[in-house]
Amino acid sequence: MPRGHHDLGGTPGGGPIERAEHQLEDWEILADAVNQALGAKGIRRTDELRRIREEMDADVYRSMSYYERWIASAENILIEKKILTREEIDRKVAEYEKRWGNP
Amino acid sequence: MNAAVGKFRPGDRVRVRMEDRPGHIRTPFYIRGKTDGVKKMHGQFLNPESLAYGRDGLPKRPLYLIGFYQVEVWENYKVSKSDKLYVDIYEHWLELA
Repeated sequence: MPRGHHDLGGTPGGGPIERAEHQLEDWEILADAVNQALGAKGIRRTDELRRIREEMDADVYRSMSYYERWIASAENILIEKKILTREEIDRKVAEYEKRWGNP
Repeated sequence: MNAAVGKFRPGDRVRVRMEDRPGHIRTPFYIRGKTDGVKKMHGQFLNPESLAYGRDGLPKRPLYLIGFYQVEVWENYKVSKSDKLYVDIYEHWLELA
């Protein structure tokens, strides 16, 4: 099994670390809030979400930003635990896009 | 904390297991197979390799702080020979060197 796509320590070509502070977007704060709520309800543990992000397709994982990965892993844990289905999530997303427009 | 808990003591030289297996692993790739000294034991914690799959994480595993010389970890490390890198490693990933 090759090294996981999340386990980057020491790999060359990563470039300098971005040290500047930046303002979080509203959706990123919401992603954090939903994540905290799922934890408080006992639905997920941090280690489960990490495992799910590690199981993602490597190219998809790399193409996502930090909080996009959080959202994707929260969706996947809800589906894995049979709390929501992919269809229910997709339907709701389509509803919001209709109401608010595609971001 | 019970002083008798854990296989290793501060100052013991340990080697990180050179394993590569599927599953959720907290031992970073770059430190596997490296050898150095135990700085201290943090305590015992639920096993993340089990928690990651929705299981209970028991039995708890001792977690150690291990200090590695940077020059032994990175091939081209040229800053200072005395620089150390500290990594938290669970007991089942360590063996006496």
